[in-house]
Amino acid sequence: MNVKVLLLLIWLPVQAMAQGFAGLGTAGGNFAQPQPDTVLQFPADHGPHPDYRIEWWYVTANLTGPDGTPYGLQWTLFRSALAPHDGQGWETPQLWMGHAAVTTPQKQFVAEHLARGGIGQAGVEADPFSAWIDDWVLQGANFGKLHMAGSGVDFAYDVGLTAKGPLVLHGQKGYSVKSGSGQASYYYSQPFFKLSGTLTLPEGKVPVTGTAWLDHEWSSQPLAQDQTGWDWFSLSFDRGDKLMGFVLRGAKDYTAATWIGADGTSEALPDGAFSALPLATHSVAGHDMPVDWHVILPKHGIDVRVKALNPDAWMATSVPYWEGPVTVSGSQAGVGYLEMTGYDH
Amino acid sequence: MSFTILSALLGHWWRNPLQLITLLAGLALGTALWSGVQAINAEARASYDAAAATLGGGSYGQITAGQGEAIPQATYIGLRRAGWNVSPVIEGKLGTVRLVGIDPLTAPQGVGPLPAGQTADLAAFLSDEGQIYARAETLARLPGTGARGVIADVAPNTAITDIGLAQRLLNRPGQIDRLLVAPEQPLTRRPLAEVASGLSQSAPQQGNDAARLTDSFHLNLTAFGLLSFAVGLFIVHGAVGLAFEQRRQMVRTLRALGAPLRGLIILIALELAVLALLAGAIGVALGYLVAATLLPDVAATLRGLYGAEVSGELALRASWWLSGLAMALGGTAVAAGGALWSLARMPLLASAQPRAWVLARQSRWQVVIAVTLLAVSGALALWGHGLIVGFAMLGAMLIGGALALPPLLALVLRLGGALAKGVLPQWFWADTHQQLPGLSLALMALLLAMAANVGVSTMVSSFRLTFTGFLDQRLASELYVTAKDAAEADVFQAFVKDRTTAVLPILSLTSQIAGFPATIYGARDHATYRDNWRFLRSEPGVWDKLAKGAGVLINEQLFRRAGLDLDADITVAPGLVLPVLGIYGDYGNPVGQVILTEAVFRRTFPTVTALRFGLRLDPAKVDALRMSLHDQLGLPDSAMIDQAAIKALSLSIFERTFAVTTALNILTLAVAGFAIMMSLLTLAAMRLPQLAPVWALGLTRRRLAALELLRAVVLAALTGALALPLGLGLAWALLAVVNVEAFGWRLPMYLFPLDYLRLGGLALLAALLAALWPAWRLSRMPPTQLLGVFRHER
Repeated sequence: MNVKVLLLLIWLPVQAMAQGFAGLGTAGGNFAQPQPDTVLQFPADHGPHPDYRIEWWYVTANLTGPDGTPYGLQWTLFRSALAPHDGQGWETPQLWMGHAAVTTPQKQFVAEHLARGGIGQAGVEADPFSAWIDDWVLQGANFGKLHMAGSGVDFAYDVGLTAKGPLVLHGQKGYSVKSGSGQASYYYSQPFFKLSGTLTLPEGKVPVTGTAWLDHEWSSQPLAQDQTGWDWFSLSFDRGDKLMGFVLRGAKDYTAATWIGADGTSEALPDGAFSALPLATHSVAGHDMPVDWHVILPKHGIDVRVKALNPDAWMATSVPYWEGPVTVSGSQAGVGYLEMTGYDH
Repeated sequence: MSFTILSALLGHWWRNPLQLITLLAGLALGTALWSGVQAINAEARASYDAAAATLGGGSYGQITAGQGEAIPQATYIGLRRAGWNVSPVIEGKLGTVRLVGIDPLTAPQGVGPLPAGQTADLAAFLSDEGQIYARAETLARLPGTGARGVIADVAPNTAITDIGLAQRLLNRPGQIDRLLVAPEQPLTRRPLAEVASGLSQSAPQQGNDAARLTDSFHLNLTAFGLLSFAVGLFIVHGAVGLAFEQRRQMVRTLRALGAPLRGLIILIALELAVLALLAGAIGVALGYLVAATLLPDVAATLRGLYGAEVSGELALRASWWLSGLAMALGGTAVAAGGALWSLARMPLLASAQPRAWVLARQSRWQVVIAVTLLAVSGALALWGHGLIVGFAMLGAMLIGGALALPPLLALVLRLGGALAKGVLPQWFWADTHQQLPGLSLALMALLLAMAANVGVSTMVSSFRLTFTGFLDQRLASELYVTAKDAAEADVFQAFVKDRTTAVLPILSLTSQIAGFPATIYGARDHATYRDNWRFLRSEPGVWDKLAKGAGVLINEQLFRRAGLDLDADITVAPGLVLPVLGIYGDYGNPVGQVILTEAVFRRTFPTVTALRFGLRLDPAKVDALRMSLHDQLGLPDSAMIDQAAIKALSLSIFERTFAVTTALNILTLAVAGFAIMMSLLTLAAMRLPQLAPVWALGLTRRRLAALELLRAVVLAALTGALALPLGLGLAWALLAVVNVEAFGWRLPMYLFPLDYLRLGGLALLAALLAALWPAWRLSRMPPTQLLGVFRHER
């Protein structure tokens, strides 16, 4: 679910800042609110929804170099609205933020870009699909075949993505509930991307291949007041099945998950079906992060250990969080991505 | 016991309130002038820093369109989308205020009014009505904008807002003036020429532009502050010396009663420290007043001369008043150290009062040091360069001169004694000579004050003469008009064509020449220039060659800084290299200038249009033309300035520049007079054993007092005579060394004998006034006191 973001907090009022990621739990104001039974329309819904407060397009990828070295890659574009409308020129209330990262077993490369909407510096168009901020792009003639590029001061990547399966709608046909009191977002994924391309690292260029997972999610108030952060997993098992699951930490933890069969069929799982327990923590940037997990989904026989490829995969951005590739072992083997937010305290 | 001793010590001040006041006044005055100057400098520096910080002016590389053109917003987006981490800035005048628009999302860290991390205000900054950040006084000057004003510590007379709002307020939609280039750029960035060929990138500047340009000005002020402080210390030295002399008796008694010497010394030091802190506090408070009074003038000077905005309002800074107090403490320690030392070494049974002649030891090493310092100063003048070296040279010259004063005076007095006929004159000379050591510090102070006065007034007057001559040459046009845009300029030119004898467009753009900031001008080939301009150096037929486009003229500043002499090649613009044909004096600004003939200028910089014009016409018709320009073309009065007004404006900037210097000068002279009085008072008590026998031999107290007055005048006159060459040396150094370094121009030196005479008269008067009170006391001294000398009852 890539609830991630919330970084956007950057743009929320100060009280929200003080609460860190929990700021996402503040009221949605005049913004539109997700409603159950809405039918998502594609390709239109690949594009932005300016009347919702926050939105993101989020790609994570597990890659392998020619010598077998595993890598992780992230490309994210966040939209945050100061008011529920669009507009042209500097006056538009739509703000954009991009994060790009490459994770190697030893090192984490991170970059962040900010932009105003309305002047062409950043934006998203649905058809043909194009998402960009500065020279970072995620675009293609259609959503099934995309070109993706991102860069920082000391790294860059340029890769192609080809979808090998259908879109997956989370929750009730894309209406994804985030708490016991009804907070929700629209959330769908394309977890079946094959990827090939090039990483540019300080050591030189590295050709890579692998799989990528795209999330698109929008909402106006995805968290409940008591929720402080989340742990989000996207796992691809060697057998072909995939699992998206998250724990929203609050007064009472709330979990949700989607089981995705190798053929693209999906099943939304209710609160409590999925659980994740931290096994060990690692101190990074002054925070104790659980980088080793015990993940269980009894209904599908999942009982695995999920471990960070690089425990230092810290995103030192405006609002910092942990995001990096993981390896899966136990009842199933595989790879995936882990995101952890709200560990500021 | 300490308390008893302390109260005994303090009793002295209680009995001699005048001494206490003198001590406090001397120290407070010195501290006031010093800390006043420091406050002004600190305020100015804070303003420069605020300017640099709020606009990122110097610390980031910049991309501009060159020739002052705007960058289209689409070009900015193109650069961003090609990987350039750049941030847009737009600037313009809103009323009289400089309005700067930035984009807070892309601005490099620390640029803009929002402190890093204060993201909360971002929404308000970007939201509908927007915010404008500026100082309170700037906000008050802004015309109505509809945006919310936020008080912030940004540069003076500058308001910062979002670029979107700024474009709207300045009525320049889609335009950007410059792009700040972040120091860190992504790997994937494409070359600038490939993305936006018309733009050029400049590297970040080393240091702060305004701070660098004005460094010399502030160093100047600091030097004067230090001089005043030093003179203040002479007073303190005098007062402390007097107090210690008078308390020797008390100290002897206290020690005889069993007070330990160490405890006494500590208590005296403590007492002085408390007095120093008290005086320092008064001084800092006075300094604040001095600074607050002078700051508006200094700010006006800096704006006029360097274009640097300095707030006219003074902020209290902890570092400043702490350093003022520290100076007062340190100064007292220096001034009182000697007296404390001799007190500590005083034998218990020593005579309570030293014989004054004990002081009369001529120190040979003083002569050696004086000669060495003067030699060093001479060597620095010949071979050194740089502003710091210039001031070091000045310092060596002044201190060397001051140290040389007592031996020279001694020589003259000995000569006087040798030539004197009769007992009384011989006694007079000998006695004067004998008093010299006690007075020499005060006389040195007088020497320094007078030399500084001669030097600075010669410099300022020479400058004024040169400057007014320069203005007459340079401001030859009868009326200057500024159009608001190219269209108005066209209409205006057509309108005045038949009403004037000549219309001289003033084409200009700012640029970099040989690595120095410079303004490039385009000048029309016209008799106005040929007839009026004078060169420091020029090739034969300079005007004809210039008109043919065979070279350029440069100002003295560029010639000196970049070392570009006649015939040197200058790269005016890419692909345009021309030799220097002439070098002209330019006393109006510190920046370099290059003058091209109009045709070459227009060909090289086709996008620059002239908005300023000099008009030649019959002076009697100026007012009528102004009137018709105003009535028929609707030109505002502020867009027209006649020759007389612009001259008055330039001169007023000039006067302000030196108002501070003159004020400090007069104060130092007053302080020196004070120092003399204190020294004489100190000596008066010690000299009784010398005077009593003369009195006993039949010289009346009245005559003795008259001789005292005469002595003061003779010493002041001799000191003044020696101060003159020193002052002229100082003037030369200021004109030929410091000015060249500070402003980039060398001025001819003129002499003003009448001024020197008047100054000499003032110095004599000061000495006379200073001696008046001690002499009056002598004339009223009870004969019993004089008789007491013979009874050893002092």
